Amino acid sequence: MHNVWWINSLLLVPLLGAVAVVATRRVPRAAYGIGVATASLELVIAAVVTLLYSWHNTVSASCGAKVCTGFSLLTTEDFAHRWVLAPSFGLAYDVAIDGLSLFLVLLTAIVVLLALLGARESKHEAAFVGWLLVLMTATMGSFVSSDLLEFFLFFELTLIPSYFLIAHWGGKERSKAALKFFVYTLFGSGFLFVGLIYLAFSYQHAHGGDLTFSYLVLQHAAISHSAAVWVFVAFAIAFGVKSPIFPLHTWSPLAYAEAPIAGSMVLSALLAKLGTYGLLRYGVFLLPQAVHTLQPYLLTLAVIGILYGSALAAMSKDMKRLVAYSSMAQVGFIILGVMSGSSIAITGAVLLMFNHGVITAGFFLLIGFIEKRRGTSEVTSLAGLQRPAPVLAALFTVVMLASIGLPGLSGFVSEYLVLIGTFSTHTWWAVVATLGVVLAALYLLWAYQRIFHGRAEGENAEMPDLSHRERWIIAPLIVLILFIGVYPKPVLDRISPTVNHHVLILQQNTVTK
Amino acid sequence: MSHVALLIPLLPLLGFLVMLGFGSSLKEPSYGWIATAAVGSSFVATVVAFFLLLSDANRSITVNLFTWVSTGSLNVHAALLVDPLSITMCLFVTGISALIHLYSIGYMHGERDFNKFFIYLNLFVFSMLVLVLSNNLLLTFVGWEGVGVCSYWLVSYYFEKDSAASAGKKAFIYNRVGDVGLLLAMFLIFHATHSLTYTVIFQHLHDFTPTTATLTVLALLLAATGKSAQIPLFNWLPDAMEGPTPVSALIHAATMVTAGVYLLVRMSPVLALSSSGRWTIGIVGGVTAFVAATIATSQKDIKKVLAFSTVSQIGYMVLAVGAGAYSAAIFLMVCHAFFKALLFLGSGSVIHSLNGEQDLRKMGALKKYLPLTFPTFMIGWLAISGIPPFAGFWSKGDVLTNVYEYSKPLWILGLITAVLTAYYMSRLFVLTFRGQERFRDVTHGHDPHESPWIMTTPLVILAVASVLGGVLDLPWVHHDSIAEFISHSVAPVQGLTSASATAQFGLAAVDVVAAIIGILTAFTLWKTTSPWPTKYESTFLEHVWRWDDFYDTTIGRPAQEIAAFGADVVEPKILDGAVTGVAVATRRSGEGLRKVQSGFVRQYALVLVAGMAVLVVFLTSRSW
Repeated sequence: MHNVWWINSLLLVPLLGAVAVVATRRVPRAAYGIGVATASLELVIAAVVTLLYSWHNTVSASCGAKVCTGFSLLTTEDFAHRWVLAPSFGLAYDVAIDGLSLFLVLLTAIVVLLALLGARESKHEAAFVGWLLVLMTATMGSFVSSDLLEFFLFFELTLIPSYFLIAHWGGKERSKAALKFFVYTLFGSGFLFVGLIYLAFSYQHAHGGDLTFSYLVLQHAAISHSAAVWVFVAFAIAFGVKSPIFPLHTWSPLAYAEAPIAGSMVLSALLAKLGTYGLLRYGVFLLPQAVHTLQPYLLTLAVIGILYGSALAAMSKDMKRLVAYSSMAQVGFIILGVMSGSSIAITGAVLLMFNHGVITAGFFLLIGFIEKRRGTSEVTSLAGLQRPAPVLAALFTVVMLASIGLPGLSGFVSEYLVLIGTFSTHTWWAVVATLGVVLAALYLLWAYQRIFHGRAEGENAEMPDLSHRERWIIAPLIVLILFIGVYPKPVLDRISPTVNHHVLILQQNTVTK
Repeated sequence: MSHVALLIPLLPLLGFLVMLGFGSSLKEPSYGWIATAAVGSSFVATVVAFFLLLSDANRSITVNLFTWVSTGSLNVHAALLVDPLSITMCLFVTGISALIHLYSIGYMHGERDFNKFFIYLNLFVFSMLVLVLSNNLLLTFVGWEGVGVCSYWLVSYYFEKDSAASAGKKAFIYNRVGDVGLLLAMFLIFHATHSLTYTVIFQHLHDFTPTTATLTVLALLLAATGKSAQIPLFNWLPDAMEGPTPVSALIHAATMVTAGVYLLVRMSPVLALSSSGRWTIGIVGGVTAFVAATIATSQKDIKKVLAFSTVSQIGYMVLAVGAGAYSAAIFLMVCHAFFKALLFLGSGSVIHSLNGEQDLRKMGALKKYLPLTFPTFMIGWLAISGIPPFAGFWSKGDVLTNVYEYSKPLWILGLITAVLTAYYMSRLFVLTFRGQERFRDVTHGHDPHESPWIMTTPLVILAVASVLGGVLDLPWVHHDSIAEFISHSVAPVQGLTSASATAQFGLAAVDVVAAIIGILTAFTLWKTTSPWPTKYESTFLEHVWRWDDFYDTTIGRPAQEIAAFGADVVEPKILDGAVTGVAVATRRSGEGLRKVQSGFVRQYALVLVAGMAVLVVFLTSRSW
């Protein structure tokens, strides 16, 4: 078990950064410098945490200040810091990192830093940087929480900065987009709240003692099958809005298209992962007894999401909407893996959360670069860009091929694991989902052809290629895409133990039933 | 670990990386020489590896590199398998690639993206070598997709031209449909045997149920139809002729398109489990060979004739696989690589001399202007037509003899195809090199000129190979033949009879008669070209049996309408409509919200805090 201050600083650094930004808001350009410095420091910490993470940990009977329930808990959590604030209310600061959250923590640090560097907004810069850092804290908090109430609070806290990012720095229809996003997510949160309250109280009712929302403890909540199903459904609605899962997605194309590039990056790369991550940790792994009953429904929605998202991506006339629908299809693959019950597919799904974050952040950065030059992301107003901007085209190609699932690039490994794992447990869903592999090529290559191929005329022909600075900003994402595609072992080695640990419990539950 | 075989794929990769590193800072021919040197040295490494393999008693060397994907029961290594099948593939892939790289230095001279061409080409060779050298299906899939994406880039090399851009996309998407087959095959195999490594799969053949085995074979066949341009996925290949001619020669004739046949041969132990699966393979191959040959008779573009000819010849190879004659399939693959690469490069030389003209109606009488292209092309023509002693005679004869033993109807189909082959190739030959001059418009009255040495040298080498290729597997030499060599890698199909010596001579005679009939017919019908004898061409055949139109009406347009319905009706009216309804109702109920959105959020924060307070009060009261 490593020093707890690694994880605490993950939360403190961006929070203090945000405070510093607010304090120096009158000093010109200070906010941006502080923002970049904060995010860079955060990335260093996240990188160290990723390298240090070890998965052989046991929480014995002496579980520190935590409510001790008398049994020793085997866990793959590391860096855990547990501190009960008010035992009778179940209020606790309980953070830890395991194989599910590790790479999402890293992703959060990467994406926020690149958003600051590559999608800077000059209007009200201090506020922009401040909100982004608040959002970073909230997202980080959601991923490292090992307590349901704490998770919920962080989860809700992401809403406010994202709302302001869309509403203040967005495009023409930003108000509508922001409101829709807000109302939609709030609606989902209600279900999440009711579900977790119910879960904690039924645990206390059955076992006595203090109220607790601890994730490790509540895993052992012996609630009835039907209750578990209802709680799972409530969670699935909340996380389904965030992910988004079909048919709860209609806020996302508008929000992704209207948000500023930094907002779209955070929304699609990070906040969407809150949904899929939540469904896996607080749905599948917390309520294993409900999984078997709900599997067919959620798997079907996942497959519909893949096909429907792909169809609408093909029809999209705007690149941001295209990426939004393409994300929806990718999320379909993630949900497929999450709900498959196969450890291979779940490992693939966790890896896909990270890979999709990297890929979609890459897409939005590149779209931002195009938008900055041409003032539009409409597919029809762009043509032949490969001639004037060969580097941009090449980098777009790499990101696109990773998204299509070309072997040797990151997207393939995760998508393949999801499909091969799901095939063993739910063959027909996997077979239909495999068709999605063709569809991704179809809509992305078609879009590429319309934007980059053909003859560039007028403003398109004059468009400057990426500057050196822009190339360096996108470079880390390209490196990650290539590295994970060629050598995913260090990543899989860190994800697998946690997944296998939970899937074992999941299988025991299915067998006893 | 350290084995010369490692160098085979790594050298082209190195070439790719070096050229990528240089960007566009070097002068034009340097890229060509770097790329050619990389592939040429890879060929040398292959030859060395070949002799090392001959001295290996097991005829099988595994070179383990690193653990690639490993989680749970799935454990896949990046590892190479050097065995007779893979080394045979490597030998002709690297050899022909090196020649075509050399040729391209001349052919691509003056092109705008000269460096990019060779970067793609080296990456292609690397991918192709990964495909054939991999010791497991997943790594083979890496190469499989790698060659696909390189083909996409090279077909749409002239990306400013819409037809080239569309052709590249079409090639990739048709291949992707085939890839679904390979993915499903892998899933089925992994489900049955818990492994993707060839040798391990072949040790667990008893784990396949008959249904799983047949489904696996059919999935593999789907994969092969995509990559190797067979029915029902063959119609991307003619469009792929939009790429530069060396690309057509290398990727769309000699190497990549044979990957499907390689995959089927590689999986021969699984094929052995399903006779109905193999029967389907045979029918697909036989029918494709025939259909493509009919189409080739009516094409007016020199490269399109050769493209359909390639589809047809690969059909023969697939037919051979279906008949269980794996070594015959590989034998034809190697010989076909020689003479089809020769024919494509020859046609490239013709096109080069006519300022890029590809229409047969604008050629004729080029014999005297192209003193090296003409005789080498003639060798290619005689080889593919099946005239002894050229390579095509032996290899096609080997296929047809085996098919004769397997199924008489398929043999008859194959024989008719042989007549058609001799016919369309002779038509091409006559229209290009004989008859009246019809090219003066495109050369602005000048005489066409022969290509430089850098382009004609590969022609000469390939012509020699097309003459001598037959010695690889002469019927009266049974040891040291390609069939004996390959037999270490493939699983023989039980219960196949081989033809008696008399039958073999009889069938060979029939093949020669078929070839002569085809040639004589073409020479008679295409003697005069003014006016153009349109009655010997069919629009139905020229339009590829209306295959594209058929897909467009049955799949393309309906799919587009469904997607449009989703985008125009389902999304805005049904799914979003319900939500917007609720949202509007909410907004109307709270007046101030519409004007000041931030107020809305502040209220929310307030509600959140209030909710928390209520919760705290509630919890506190409970704990009392």
